[in-house]
Amino acid sequence: MSEPSGPRTLFEKIWSRHRVTEREDGQTLLYVGRHLLHDGGATAFDVLRQRGLKPRAPDRIFATPDHYVSTAGRKLAEIEDPRHREMVEKLARNTAEHGIRMFGLGDPNQGIVHVMGPETGLSQPGLLIVCGDSHTSTHGAVGALAFGIGSTEVAHVLATQTLWQRKPKTMRITVDGTLGPQVTGKDVILAIIARIGAAGATGHVIEYAGSAIRGLSMEGRLTLCNMSIEAGGRAGMVAPDETTYAYLHGRPYAPQGAEWDQAVMHWRELPSDAGAVFDTEVSLDGSAIQPMVTWGNSPEDALPIDAAVPDPESAADAERRAQMRRMLDYMGLVPGTPLTDIAIDRVFIGSCTNSRIEDLRAAAAVADGRKVAEGVLAWVVPGSEPVKRQAEAEGLHEVFRRAGFEWREPGCSMCLGTNGDIARPGQRVASTSNRNFMGRQGPGARTHLLSPAMAAAAAVTGRFADVRRLVGG
Amino acid sequence: MEAFVTLDAVAVPLPLPNIDTDQIIPARYLSRPREVNHADFLFHDARRVPATDEQNPEFPLNREAWREAKIIVAGKNFACGSSREAAVWALFDAGFRCAIAPSFGDIFRNNGTKNGLLPVVLPAEVVEDILAQLEASPGAHIHVDLPKQEVTAPDGSTHGFEIDPFAKHCMLNGLDDFGVTAAYEDDIAAFERRYGRENRI
Repeated sequence: MSEPSGPRTLFEKIWSRHRVTEREDGQTLLYVGRHLLHDGGATAFDVLRQRGLKPRAPDRIFATPDHYVSTAGRKLAEIEDPRHREMVEKLARNTAEHGIRMFGLGDPNQGIVHVMGPETGLSQPGLLIVCGDSHTSTHGAVGALAFGIGSTEVAHVLATQTLWQRKPKTMRITVDGTLGPQVTGKDVILAIIARIGAAGATGHVIEYAGSAIRGLSMEGRLTLCNMSIEAGGRAGMVAPDETTYAYLHGRPYAPQGAEWDQAVMHWRELPSDAGAVFDTEVSLDGSAIQPMVTWGNSPEDALPIDAAVPDPESAADAERRAQMRRMLDYMGLVPGTPLTDIAIDRVFIGSCTNSRIEDLRAAAAVADGRKVAEGVLAWVVPGSEPVKRQAEAEGLHEVFRRAGFEWREPGCSMCLGTNGDIARPGQRVASTSNRNFMGRQGPGARTHLLSPAMAAAAAVTGRFADVRRLVGG
Repeated sequence: MEAFVTLDAVAVPLPLPNIDTDQIIPARYLSRPREVNHADFLFHDARRVPATDEQNPEFPLNREAWREAKIIVAGKNFACGSSREAAVWALFDAGFRCAIAPSFGDIFRNNGTKNGLLPVVLPAEVVEDILAQLEASPGAHIHVDLPKQEVTAPDGSTHGFEIDPFAKHCMLNGLDDFGVTAAYEDDIAAFERRYGRENRI
């Protein structure tokens, strides 16, 4: 295989570093640098067992339970549904049997797998990372190539530490300008998806670039890359820079001492070369992005907070009109209603999208000295044990509790409700998660996606609110 | 894996874009092992009346003419969202062997070809036309020919489609990746030695 001699993208550099072989038909066998597991992946171990196979490189595999854990307590016995408890137990049994490191319930590093990876330093620039979860795209924020796979592929990676893939296309999304006050990584990604659509990046790996992206913290970049899948993208990535190195330095699994210096030297070669060509280019003006809220059942149905519920009559075609009517019916919304007039029942601050320390600080700053509106049930679910410890050290849990929020234990929780944390039919949820699909947070539940600060603003006003009016700049 | 060569079957139209995997199988049914028949979970909530939990007779999969369907035709970005392979299992267990749409969620597309469910991408205007034909004559058949990479619509029109040659080979022969990869053991071992030296944990 000859390497292309011209300028290369970040994606191409990582792809070729992990290429074991490429067939004439274009299929490439890739070696997986890190394989992450969670408690939803028992099937893959069943496949191994049926075939008499074993994990090939257990030292490259790391696990933590997140989908089925209780957010009310940390004991296994506190998982009420035996089926859910069994999923957490299976992960523990399967990893113990094969010598795979697991951060289990009670472990100081347990958390949502996409929070745990970067936080422990397991997710590093230049690595190929896979996990049986679509939001694996999150880890691309550290300059890795990371994507979600199905359970058959998980079994294949367990057995061979490799994966067959066809080279995807590349898309660069450039966001220049300076983001306004209270405009976060969440608002940027919702604005991007609103622009290119939920299938806008299908078949592509996205690289986010531009001054507004460079200016994002690591938490902001993790949020951004997390929702690449909601734009149809297989993966999203941000080139590593000083922000990345400062974030990773000193983390338990990051290289230490002389190895750290050497690693950083290699990582500095990763960013896309000047003149590298992308299959698709998109650009947005960062200074024009406003705090966003979704109104429909696809993340592409996002609008600035000062907008109103759209009218299906304004739809471009009959199919979109029918789809909008169906969504408005499900969401219980009337065209023309200002978003700030929509009352909410529940608030969920959490998920692999927005449960990191910066997210909780932003929400706490809004909650501080205010009260959750009457009749609203508001939850804060930290993304991991380290996030929870840090937040408690800063007193954020007390800020939330004083305001009337529930402060819970780490896990995926209401993002998809696999552990039973769901809303009732018809309840309207202001949620910092990633999907507003019909039934995602429980049958009949109505999900609106927004940033942590905007979710806190909704909690204290009882309806969607422009957080900038509450806390100023 | 069950091989796929040709299929002549009833096709059911779902003329909506962005049908996500949470609709195909709600998350609360994800903790079942593969041995469990997943057919009942397929569009579990979408095919029921929310208030009564009874089957909604209007939902296409519930209509008599489409009960025997083995092909599903949908709007763009079909099966977007989560990587849950159970979305494919639910379709497969309910008898489906092929899905036709202008585009698919990438992970679902991969999961399909690894589980005997052929994803066929056709241009949006072709899919729109086929959807109209299926709605005009409920129970109409579509013919899918994988070796020729061709779909024949109810009106007799034929439409070629692209498929990755590797996925085609595996589907035609009912092969899975494990067997293919075994032939590359030496390559993997050699790569692993070098990679392991450069990427210590």
